[in-house]
Amino acid sequence: MMKPPAMLELEGVHAVYGKKIRALKGVSLEVRAGEVVALIGNNGAGKTTIMKTVAGLLRPEKGKVKFQGRDLPGLPPDQIMRMGLSLVPEGRRIFPRLTVMENLEMGAYSRREKDLSREYDHVFHLFPVLGKRRGQFGGTLSGGEQQMLAMGRALMAAPKLLMLDEPSMGLAPVVVDKIFEIIELINKEGVTVFLVEQNAKRALRAASRAYVLETGEIVAASDTATLLKDPAVQKAYLGLH
Amino acid sequence: MTKFLNNKWTPWVLLALALGFPFVAGALEAQYLVRVGGVIGLFMLLGLGLNFTLGYAGLFDLGFIAFYAVGAYTTAIAMRSGIPAPVALVLSVLVCLLVRGLLGLTILRLRGDYLAVVTMGFGEIARLTINNLDALTNGPKGIQVAPWRPLNFLVADPNAQYYLMIVAAVAVGALASRRIEDSRVGRAWVAIREDEIAARLSGIPVRQYKLLAFTLSAAFAGVAGGLFALWEQFVTPESFIFWESILVVSIVVLGGMGSIAGVLVGALVLVGFPPIMQWKLSAEWINYRYLFFGLILVLVTLFRPQGILPSSRREAELTS
Repeated sequence: MMKPPAMLELEGVHAVYGKKIRALKGVSLEVRAGEVVALIGNNGAGKTTIMKTVAGLLRPEKGKVKFQGRDLPGLPPDQIMRMGLSLVPEGRRIFPRLTVMENLEMGAYSRREKDLSREYDHVFHLFPVLGKRRGQFGGTLSGGEQQMLAMGRALMAAPKLLMLDEPSMGLAPVVVDKIFEIIELINKEGVTVFLVEQNAKRALRAASRAYVLETGEIVAASDTATLLKDPAVQKAYLGLH
Repeated sequence: MTKFLNNKWTPWVLLALALGFPFVAGALEAQYLVRVGGVIGLFMLLGLGLNFTLGYAGLFDLGFIAFYAVGAYTTAIAMRSGIPAPVALVLSVLVCLLVRGLLGLTILRLRGDYLAVVTMGFGEIARLTINNLDALTNGPKGIQVAPWRPLNFLVADPNAQYYLMIVAAVAVGALASRRIEDSRVGRAWVAIREDEIAARLSGIPVRQYKLLAFTLSAAFAGVAGGLFALWEQFVTPESFIFWESILVVSIVVLGGMGSIAGVLVGALVLVGFPPIMQWKLSAEWINYRYLFFGLILVLVTLFRPQGILPSSRREAELTS
């Protein structure tokens, strides 16, 4: 079987905060078209830093970041988005004093089309609850609904690659189930997914391949079935002995 | 109260009342208030302008009066060179936009307190430059401006003429603000104010949009400054001191940041209060006018931190 083309490639990426704090020490990974890839690791391992670097919020100190073969570092986030890469940030970060509709409108900001009714319909089809709340301020939604709004906002740009930073953070288990169901659905519709999770069990179940990040370095990379059986991974991330 | 405010006819009724006022002022022995009304209107324009920077984009600016000065001096210098007044006013707007845009390009990397300090510095630099650039501005001696009375056919009193032009400018400015506020651009400004990172990740070109809000502010200052120069027929650096910048910030904050009605009320209260006291009460009271000014500020911040007439979004921000 032929490998699908690489959508996102990182090669020897280093990132520093200020002058001293080395957050990433030569990270290499790739996400291929159509995949769901997970990146797991503990607090402070550098997962969010990878996301920020890819989305254009942070400039890598050195190393290559490529999306569909094009170099990303140096491009502003709005341009990167326009290429088809959306990030649902950690902590959701919806706009609390904009309505649900306006939040979604902002997500489509990089698009030139006037008529976005298909995109709205699509989002409301995936998240019917948002359709019921379209006139409400984002800040009045529950945590789960806010996560859905953040995902809906990212989908308004019709991304080819959807990156999710801790989508399960602070949510009740039932809601987490729901979110992961929808991630699967989005992937089936042809969107490549790259997600970061502390909830390793969950992430490994949803993804086909995963990377394990420890203090800025990739320490394991494999298909998820193998990782789930790896005793070191079990001990460190799955709470098994 | 809210019913009255939300009625779509309310602004038009208020505008009609404001425009009719100078024609009955003589009968009410309130000609003085026509002049006061004109000054209030100029500060309404400045408030509406600063509202783009402070209210919509959430950027602090403590040197806004510099653009009032640039507007006034542009008109004065243009008139001195024999350029007709309407063209001079247009020039004022263009020069203000240009200077503001260039300033924005250099300082908008800063935010919060740092931006406030730098804009304050710019305000002082502008005033000192005007004070010392004798060749162009005639320094502290100021510039005389030839009289311009375009509304002679309507009313003889020059104060009433300028009052009417200023009220018209305020109405146009308020309407334009409303249109922009309700547009995609206006909502993007709210998004940037609420969460800049999320705005960038949503694909909003944050830097350009901040610059846009910052620059548009100056158009209002240009009109206000130009009208001020034509009305007073005289400009000196003394009119553009730091205190005036603070006054404009107070107008926006007190009235309600991001709220057009709030800014108008803020100007009415803060600028109108001292001269009306002077007019109605004995001369001794005028010595206490800043005491009352301070009292108003303290009371409003204590009891209505969101401003007198906040926008619905700001209200939500401060009550939740």
